[in-house]
Amino acid sequence: MALEIIESCVNCWACLPLCPSRAIHEARPPQFPHFLIDADKCTECVGDFADPQCVAICPIEGAIVDELGVAMNPPGSLTGIPPERWAAAQAEIAAR
Amino acid sequence: MDLPVIAPPAPQASGCSAGSCGSTSDQMAGMADALRARVQDHPCYSEDAHHYFARMHVAVAPACNIQCHYCNRKYDCANESRPGVVSEVLTPDQAVKKTLAVAATIPQMTVLGIAGPGDPLANPERTFETFRQLSAKAPDIKLCVSTNGLSLPEHVEELARHNIDHVTITINCVDPDVGAKIYPWIFWNNKRIHGRDAAAILIGQQQKGLEMLVARGILVKVNSVLIPGVNDEHLKEVSRIVKAKGAFLHNVMPLIAEPEHGTFYGVMGQRSPSPAELKALQDACEGDMNMMRHCRQCRADAVGLLGEDRGDEFTMDKIEAMEIDYEAAMLVRAAFREKVSAELQAKRARAHAPLSPALPVAPQIIRFIPRADEQKPLGRPVLMAVAAKNGMVAIHFGHAREFLVYEASAGGARLVGHRKADAYCSGDETCGDGEFTLDRTIKVLAGCEVVLCSRIGYEPWGKLEAAGIQPNGEHAMQPIEEAAMAVWHEMLAAGKLDAKASAAKCA
Repeated sequence: MALEIIESCVNCWACLPLCPSRAIHEARPPQFPHFLIDADKCTECVGDFADPQCVAICPIEGAIVDELGVAMNPPGSLTGIPPERWAAAQAEIAAR
Repeated sequence: MDLPVIAPPAPQASGCSAGSCGSTSDQMAGMADALRARVQDHPCYSEDAHHYFARMHVAVAPACNIQCHYCNRKYDCANESRPGVVSEVLTPDQAVKKTLAVAATIPQMTVLGIAGPGDPLANPERTFETFRQLSAKAPDIKLCVSTNGLSLPEHVEELARHNIDHVTITINCVDPDVGAKIYPWIFWNNKRIHGRDAAAILIGQQQKGLEMLVARGILVKVNSVLIPGVNDEHLKEVSRIVKAKGAFLHNVMPLIAEPEHGTFYGVMGQRSPSPAELKALQDACEGDMNMMRHCRQCRADAVGLLGEDRGDEFTMDKIEAMEIDYEAAMLVRAAFREKVSAELQAKRARAHAPLSPALPVAPQIIRFIPRADEQKPLGRPVLMAVAAKNGMVAIHFGHAREFLVYEASAGGARLVGHRKADAYCSGDETCGDGEFTLDRTIKVLAGCEVVLCSRIGYEPWGKLEAAGIQPNGEHAMQPIEEAAMAVWHEMLAAGKLDAKASAAKCA
């Protein structure tokens, strides 16, 4: 079992020092455009913390997913912006 | 409002020794000499200094431990000037290189701050490594830090060790119910905590950090974001409490929120305060507290005088190509500081000449403009927009990118804010948009009755007059306060300042 950081990561560093398994690699563009989790090392923090630490501090909804690709922080869960409100605002901006 | 959560302790210092007496219009007036020396070349702590001295921020701190509803962590925009936004995050080594390059090029640069784009104390290794190198290599640069306060108590010792003399804490509330509307979550003890509980922890840490800093003699500025309908009334309470705890200066800034910023407030349609609302709140807090009026809400990688950004001249690729002889640069920098300090002293001496210098102990109490009170004022206060540089009326109206707003009254002229504008005349064929920009500028200057500038074209003159704003180019290269008072006295003599407000309502 392992978590995965996907391309919406903004490289903010918050997760890296928290990982008890030292499983997170910093971004090194161009090969690694964003932070990455070493699936062989990731334990999802089981035995160390109640919550996976990267998930608990990541500020970007959807940037960390589980093995099934499900967002650990789903849309709206961190910003408080309802997804439909977000979509409406984006549509309004695009229409300007 | 009754706030049982945090009861302010009785202030230990009395009178001016806490350093927060006097007023924004004359911050330096009642200040002890030692304190004055600590802020006189810091553009963010001294209004006088901001006309002459520059600051820079290095963006070494990308991580954050809280979320604020006015912030979007997808910071990456070169065209935005607002806190939290940067173009490139630097390593400590890069930040040190950049700082030395800027300091060698811009002798006015006296202050290096770390302000993000996340929270400096959520990135303690990167932040303190930068400070450690700089205090060794560039002892003539003041170091300061701006934090949300969550991790502040555990880092106060280390801040003191690195000789950090100025710390800014962003405190938007002292009531967790208000805080729950500003902060959706914090990261605390290895957990993400939401809502009211999160706000209560954050508030507790901020207040504790403030007390610890004051106890160590570190100067604390408190920043607050004014969010209409969320914390506007509440900020008066915040101001009172942080003053009682010994904060040196309170900076109430207007919320910046647009849908395209992607922030909670921007997307949800939370409005920003008008300049008049901001000024009213700052005025209301001022009875209790030294208020900062000259903040420009700069980026976490800003470089230059407040109100300008020379960051483009110092991108990492340009810095790598520079040869820096910092020993030589330090001599030039020291000479510059000496020259400005002499100018400032002369200016202060002129400003206070009529007052008795024989009373060094008594704090100088600055009376504020009486508003509609029983004793008849000699003339109502007037807002004047000034196209200024280095404390002088020195910019052509059409070239001004911002206007300082001064309130002139019988009690003197004092800075009360600033308004951003786009220079509408760049002197070439790009002037096509001039008309549109001019209309916008006039709208931005709403509430001001006079605009002071070094020169102004015929067309904008007419348009300004038609909008009830009197242009004035007769005081070019004069100190702002003198020019503003000369114009105010002319208006008074002309009978334009009867107590009842004129058509242009003061913001």
